[in-house]
Amino acid sequence: MPKRTDIHKILIIGSGPIIISQACEFDYSGAQAVKALKEEGYEVVLINSNPATIMTDPELADRTYIEPITLEMITKVIEKERPDALLPTLGGQTALNVAIKLAESGVLDKYKVEMLAAKVDVIKKAEGREAFRAAMKVIGLKVPESAIVHTLEDAMAAGDVIGFPVIVRPSFTLGGTGGGVAYNRQELEALSSSGLDLSMTTEIMVERSLLGWKEFELEVMRDCKDNVVIICSIENMDAMGVHTGDSITVAPAQTLTDREYQEMRDAAIAIIREIGVETGGSNVQFAVNPQDGELMIIEMNPRVSRSSALASKATGFPIAKIAAKLAVGFTLDELKNDITRETYAAFEPTIDYCVVKIPRFTFEKFPEAEDVLSTAMKSVGETMAIGRTFKEAFQKAMRSLETGRAGFGADGKERLDHLELFELESGLRVPSSKRVCYLHEALRRGMAVEKIFELTQIDPWFLRNLEQIVAMELEIRQQGMSGLGSSLLRKSKQYGFSDQQLAFLTGTSRDEIRVLRKKQGIVPVYKLVDTCAAEFESYTPYYYSTYEQENEASRSEKKKVMILGGGPNRIGQGIEFDYCCVHAAFALGEIGVESIMVNSNPETVSTDYDTSDKLYFEPLTLEDVLNIIDLEQPDGVIVQFGGQTPLNLAVALADAGVPIIGTSPDSIDRAEDRKRFQQFLQKLHLRQPKNDTVYTLEEALGAAAQIGYPVVVRPSYVLGGRDMRIVYSDRGIREFMAKPGMAGNKHPVLIDKFLEDAIEVDVDAICDGKKTIIGGIMEHIEEAGIHSGDSSCVLPPHTLSVRLIEEIKQATRAMAEELGVIGLMNVQYAVKAEELYILEVNPRASRTVPFVSKATGVPLAKLATKVMMGMTLEQLGLTTEVTIKHWAVKEAVFPFDRFKNVDTLLGPEMKSTGEVMGVDDNLGLALAKAQLAAGVTLPTSGTVFISVRDGDKEGILEAARQLVEMNFSLLATRGTANYLQQNGVACDQVNKISEGRPHILDKLRDRQVAWVVNTSMGRRTTEDSYLIRRAALELHIPYTTTSSGAVSVVMAMQALRVSDLEVQPIQYFT
Amino acid sequence: MKALIALEDGTIFEGESFTGRGEAVGEMVFNTSMSGYQEILTDPSYTGQIVTMTYPLIGNYGVNSDDMESVAVHPKAFLVKEYNAVPSNFRSEETLAHFLSRYGVLGVEGFDTRALVRHIRTVGALKAIVSTEDLDRDSLVARAKAWDGLLGVDMVQQVTCDQPYGWADNRPVPGTNFSTAQAGMRNPLKVVALDCGIKFNQLRIMTEKGCQVQVVPASADAETILAMAPDGVFLSNGPGDPAGVQGVVATVRTLLGKVPVFGICLGHQILGLAYGGSTYKLKFGHRGGNQPVKDLTTGHVEITSQNHGFTVDLDSLDKDAIELTHINLNDGSLEGMRHRFFPAFSVQYHPEHAPGPHDSLYLFDRFVEMMRSEMKKRN
Repeated sequence: MPKRTDIHKILIIGSGPIIISQACEFDYSGAQAVKALKEEGYEVVLINSNPATIMTDPELADRTYIEPITLEMITKVIEKERPDALLPTLGGQTALNVAIKLAESGVLDKYKVEMLAAKVDVIKKAEGREAFRAAMKVIGLKVPESAIVHTLEDAMAAGDVIGFPVIVRPSFTLGGTGGGVAYNRQELEALSSSGLDLSMTTEIMVERSLLGWKEFELEVMRDCKDNVVIICSIENMDAMGVHTGDSITVAPAQTLTDREYQEMRDAAIAIIREIGVETGGSNVQFAVNPQDGELMIIEMNPRVSRSSALASKATGFPIAKIAAKLAVGFTLDELKNDITRETYAAFEPTIDYCVVKIPRFTFEKFPEAEDVLSTAMKSVGETMAIGRTFKEAFQKAMRSLETGRAGFGADGKERLDHLELFELESGLRVPSSKRVCYLHEALRRGMAVEKIFELTQIDPWFLRNLEQIVAMELEIRQQGMSGLGSSLLRKSKQYGFSDQQLAFLTGTSRDEIRVLRKKQGIVPVYKLVDTCAAEFESYTPYYYSTYEQENEASRSEKKKVMILGGGPNRIGQGIEFDYCCVHAAFALGEIGVESIMVNSNPETVSTDYDTSDKLYFEPLTLEDVLNIIDLEQPDGVIVQFGGQTPLNLAVALADAGVPIIGTSPDSIDRAEDRKRFQQFLQKLHLRQPKNDTVYTLEEALGAAAQIGYPVVVRPSYVLGGRDMRIVYSDRGIREFMAKPGMAGNKHPVLIDKFLEDAIEVDVDAICDGKKTIIGGIMEHIEEAGIHSGDSSCVLPPHTLSVRLIEEIKQATRAMAEELGVIGLMNVQYAVKAEELYILEVNPRASRTVPFVSKATGVPLAKLATKVMMGMTLEQLGLTTEVTIKHWAVKEAVFPFDRFKNVDTLLGPEMKSTGEVMGVDDNLGLALAKAQLAAGVTLPTSGTVFISVRDGDKEGILEAARQLVEMNFSLLATRGTANYLQQNGVACDQVNKISEGRPHILDKLRDRQVAWVVNTSMGRRTTEDSYLIRRAALELHIPYTTTSSGAVSVVMAMQALRVSDLEVQPIQYFT
Repeated sequence: MKALIALEDGTIFEGESFTGRGEAVGEMVFNTSMSGYQEILTDPSYTGQIVTMTYPLIGNYGVNSDDMESVAVHPKAFLVKEYNAVPSNFRSEETLAHFLSRYGVLGVEGFDTRALVRHIRTVGALKAIVSTEDLDRDSLVARAKAWDGLLGVDMVQQVTCDQPYGWADNRPVPGTNFSTAQAGMRNPLKVVALDCGIKFNQLRIMTEKGCQVQVVPASADAETILAMAPDGVFLSNGPGDPAGVQGVVATVRTLLGKVPVFGICLGHQILGLAYGGSTYKLKFGHRGGNQPVKDLTTGHVEITSQNHGFTVDLDSLDKDAIELTHINLNDGSLEGMRHRFFPAFSVQYHPEHAPGPHDSLYLFDRFVEMMRSEMKKRN
């Protein structure tokens, strides 16, 4: 059936901000879908609140609404745009959930909008626990024994009947939020009450635990003529009990005979038919009893998912693109396979390599959280590696993780040889982000695979392969450099060992190994990801490296530039940098230069084979990058777009003679190196907070005394404020310097005067070496001291004076020109008492580039790429700075609800996973939209609780007064209450926790508070305020932890009283 | 132990034997299935061939006694990228290496199988030799060249059963003239299966569908078959060139119109020849579990299991008598046909899967329906 001609305009809902379990894979799928539908001539309307996405680029969809993804706002978009259809299956759970609301509220019927791909009853059948179980019964498939309950009492009763341990799974939540394993009644009570609370339908399932069973996933696609194909099978290395997003996973399935695999395939097909997903992709999760092969169905997602993004990258089959085309009526046998061009999408990819995905965790950001993996997802990113064997892919994935490891052990890092046996066993038994290290240690000690299996439930097949890696490690160590002959060297490379590991094992250097390797002709070859195991010729240059005979990659004669991507997402380095890399590829395409992308992140748009001319899915280590450079001999390499990952390679690449284009590594160093930077600022007569660079504790204490407390301390060369602290005393310095890797390291520790209550300003600029254009000036809402990635900000500045703005512009231009910036530059300023201080200059793409580009309509990253290719700003037509008449507000989104016991207080270390943008002609409404998009529903009445530290009292006074004017009642703890009352603001007093009951927590739990404003100095200074913030978080009461943030929220509330929120496409603003 | 793989065009790969010493000459083919190596190894259609798996990790789940498709291993040698020596699966009874050794089949690993596959894709299936004994490259290439190859050779006689047998309790039971019956089966349809290299799963499925199957050697003539008064005749898959089995073609020609006939793979090709058509050798064949086939009668696409190097020439068929029912979506080649006047139909692929998807099981139902409706007509 060809495409439908009865629909013309299609609305796509994105997934909103990056959060744990919903990351840039939905930008990848959404962007593919938008392109696919446009290609077919449909008018596409998009809504997504996340400005850092490619899908929200103004030229992609016909109308792009960067607006909150809520029922009300989408209704307004529908009213305005009157689309014929809605495609809800590409924006993750967020889009699916809001689509149900749209249908149930009658909006879709009212405006005659047809839901494509999956109707409401289908979504409910798949996602509703009870309906799904009933459906499985109809088709004779087994599900774990369970009970669906809506009350705590029923949950407890179910636990008793089923028998502990049990799994708690809330319905309609993301990434297993609120779920977990309960080993006893007490844990069940805790999980059930939070789970019931989190579920959209106050429904949880209490399920028999299949801990230790093997876990598999299949990606299924169906078209409107009921043709069904399986795109990929995935086997989890971690057994049941660890969320699949947190598991190490492998494609294809490794330990199933064909009979078992086909049984699973039949089940997946029966499920997609029974659930009734009309078209598109679904994901089905299975558990298999390793003892007897008994098969159970765990769940199915009737939409494109994280796993389908992984499956697309693992096989080369573009699931989202095909899903979009199937949604408008095409059938699989009408769509061509892009890769082979000759064959059709109606087939099942077969692969001739092994794919390993390893999740990336950031427990180091949340030291209070327990590093234990369970059924609720905690990882913030992932990396994928491709190899011809599991061993090779696994080791490549380990070094792609960028956690400082060179592979699976054998690098001298994170050593565990000091552990007692019981400690080792415990580390094996309890799944954690570090379990891989324990596996290595156990194998290194010669623990039997059977024993490790007993402890970990990881299938012995994986353990045997890991054992072979460790055996190889021991052999290389034994042989030493002299014994590292050609055959052993080649074999070790085939086992995925990096040069770094070989250097460590032989007591030599990475360079020596590289030289030896090349001398013996042991260099990698590159093979194609072609969907068909070489059965057909393929045309898409998507490569991975391996150590074999035949190389399939060839260098073209075209001018070519390589872009180094950002690797796995983590807090501090995420989608924003991928956005810049993608734009670099697009820009190169526009000027006829071949783009070569190198990246290891399967979630991203940059690793879509459509994005660049050539894609190398490879780890971003010096060795792997140099290998590609040896083959491709690019005319230039771009390191300034992918965040810290490629930047950390810059010097070594330059030393190796690689042509790095744009700002020179020396200029980057001049901005990064404290001493040189100081001299640089002095030369320009610019001011910075007093600062020093230290290596030892004594130096640190001396410097702090000289500068004067409070000071900001941090290690150099990090992104995302990793380990950054504000320190108020010698004790704080001692604590900081005692942390591992601080004192006596190669990289120094930086100490800066902390400017209290200063306004922070972020500037993105572009410079062609001579002329500088300011892209955007963003005024932070939160005061300096809170990481810029965690601050909300306003573009253009809303309180800065014209004089200051002019001063900022001049300083920015002076610095860009003095540094000789070619490309992008980001400057962070602090303004205190009308004085301008330079905090930091980064001559590279910043996290705010996509936000600025969306707000102003100026594609900074693309322009910067062209500048780096030698064009001038004048040639590019960028001669004046864009001034905008609307307001754009960026708000950060945090993962606090994922981690127990973590304080929600903001500080100099970045904690947010994503961002949203609110845009409006009115500042207050833009602020309100940003809040709404970040998931905060601002109260319109009720009681506001205020408890602020002394320094914030003055700042909060006016806002408090306005709240009273808006008929809110105020509640405050003694100090704040006294202050407000003395200043004529009516306010009730409530006990602090330490003052006896009833206290503030009682009020919160009784839902008597509509908004919490709570500020506190330093980290967890008082247990009281921590408990208040934590309670607000868990009870979903809106909370604000800075006075400046509170003031802006009040401004938003006031704006909302005057006017309703209206939606406008981004194309209207820019 | 070092092993050399030499192709007739002079291409050489160097690998390691994982089954000890050995040597084999055969036609080099590749299979793209990611699972199912045991079923592939025990499929008689691979007789005379050296099979290379495109999936690199083989041996992972071992070998078990339930997944046998015949009583022997048929390829001359089995080539993989990496042999996984310690299997992990609850049904595993034996390692792949041990299994191959028991049947004297050479297993080689540790070379660039993808390069080999790309080579065959480009130049076509080639004569080849694999050896741990003769490591002289020139000698190996010369010996590969010198081998006669499979064209025009009757390979069926190498694999067809010596004695007739029936199928009961999931295993072959010697017996003639429907003397063997599955317990509990009522009013079974009687099917004579002409064994050109039959796969057990064909027998398992027909039995499941309520057929009592009598397997006979490929040499059985039409009179003998008809004398058993079957409700239908099943023509199995098998190895080699269909043009080499003229005897069977003649038998089938006689059966046409007298009894319902269902043919699979070689059985399909034999029907094509019996209809007066011709067959030819594909460049490198279809071997794998992901070939898309469109059923022209329903418009539905099924993912099929395939294993063939020869095919019926579409243009050679008399379209007035023969209806095309299935085509391959990848290359448009003929995948299924039925006779417009006689109760006979066939497919080029393997609806019995093993290994591969189960999408095409409906064809056995069609066979059953055909037999029942012919039975009605007779009564």
